[in-house]
Amino acid sequence: MGIEAKEIIARRVARELKDGYVVNLGIGLPSLVANYIPEGMSVMLQSENGILGMGAICEAGEEDENVINAGNQFVYVQKGACFFDSATSFAMIRGGHIHLTVLGALQVDEQGNIASHIIPGSMAPGMGGAMDLLAGAKKVIVAMLHTAKGKPKILKRCTLPLTAKGKVDMIVTEKAVISVTPEGLVLDEIMPGSSLEDILQHTEADLIIRDELVK
Amino acid sequence: MNKVISAKEAVKLIKDGCTIMISGFAGVKKPEVLIDLMVKNNIKNLTVIANDAAIPGKGIGRLISHRCVKKLIASHIGLNPEAGRQMNAGELEVELIPQGTLAERIRCAGAGLGGFFTPTGIGTSVEEGKQKFIVEGKEYLLELPLKADVAIIKGSVVDTLGNVFYKGTTQNFSLVMAMAADLVIVEAEKIVKPGELKPEHVMTPSVFVDYIVGAECNGN
Repeated sequence: MGIEAKEIIARRVARELKDGYVVNLGIGLPSLVANYIPEGMSVMLQSENGILGMGAICEAGEEDENVINAGNQFVYVQKGACFFDSATSFAMIRGGHIHLTVLGALQVDEQGNIASHIIPGSMAPGMGGAMDLLAGAKKVIVAMLHTAKGKPKILKRCTLPLTAKGKVDMIVTEKAVISVTPEGLVLDEIMPGSSLEDILQHTEADLIIRDELVK
Repeated sequence: MNKVISAKEAVKLIKDGCTIMISGFAGVKKPEVLIDLMVKNNIKNLTVIANDAAIPGKGIGRLISHRCVKKLIASHIGLNPEAGRQMNAGELEVELIPQGTLAERIRCAGAGLGGFFTPTGIGTSVEEGKQKFIVEGKEYLLELPLKADVAIIKGSVVDTLGNVFYKGTTQNFSLVMAMAADLVIVEAEKIVKPGELKPEHVMTPSVFVDYIVGAECNGN
């Protein structure tokens, strides 16, 4: 169930890709989006440890010990890829040169706030490059499971420490596609297998529901 | 002037209680020979500045496991459970900094700059204790330079003057760290004579490098 849901989410996020995009995918679920880049579409993946033009995860035995991604996996690089240092990498990220970043989250709220890097007292791995990506990417999609152990993750107000304020543009879960607007969260799509009731039951935040979804 | 010294000589320059920058990202190559000797010499009370806590048993992970580190300044420690354990037990002080801010603070220190304005961290706890400025209607935090007594970095090919070439993703923080530390030691996979590295392939110019350690880490 978990794996299938994640693939459904990744597949849906991939539909937001556009030809010529430079994209940074977060570790975990977001990285699966790379498997669904439409054929013939030119998308460059950036990895903040210093790759533009990252390829797939290496097959066993084909690893180059000098080439990893930000998630510490050995990866291939595409033709035309380049390597660079961390200051250059974050100039790309903060400087608005990344069209889209897809990140996971612990919580997202009605104002597009996101909490993804710390649960005080239990988990504090650090923000890595997430705060810079949120500050600088032109578009931010949160790709995550709709709930955590049955509890809503899409809230009126984040209760965990924020990773960025007001930076999320879109939320894709296995149940719903939601956009963040100045008026609040808009339910754009109900994912196959879910329903309006299912979504409302598992979402704490108020949702503005598109007319066509009510019928 | 001879910059090439033995790893044993080099590690004597790293003192108890110093602030040391270490290049590397997650599990990718780090100056392991120097780190080996630092562990062997039982160097203590280090303040380590690095992107992350590496993985257990590798690079900075070894220094943490051997209790050489008093404080770690990094962007991420999630791949090293021992670092998290020591932090939660109050045995290791950890200061977490956004990765881009970490790189740029180090670059500032090495580039003669007094700091920089960044949008990263606005509206989060990263703001705490920092001055905010508005430039052309957008909010920024003032971040200050971050320097160190020593930097140890890993180079793929290094000439005897200290020019460095890096393979793949091994460059990461090396350039900014080489700029920002008083003493810079490069651990070379391969040492070559001046001229063998083409000028246009040099990624860290020799002026930033004080010492080169090589022979022991050629992989033979």
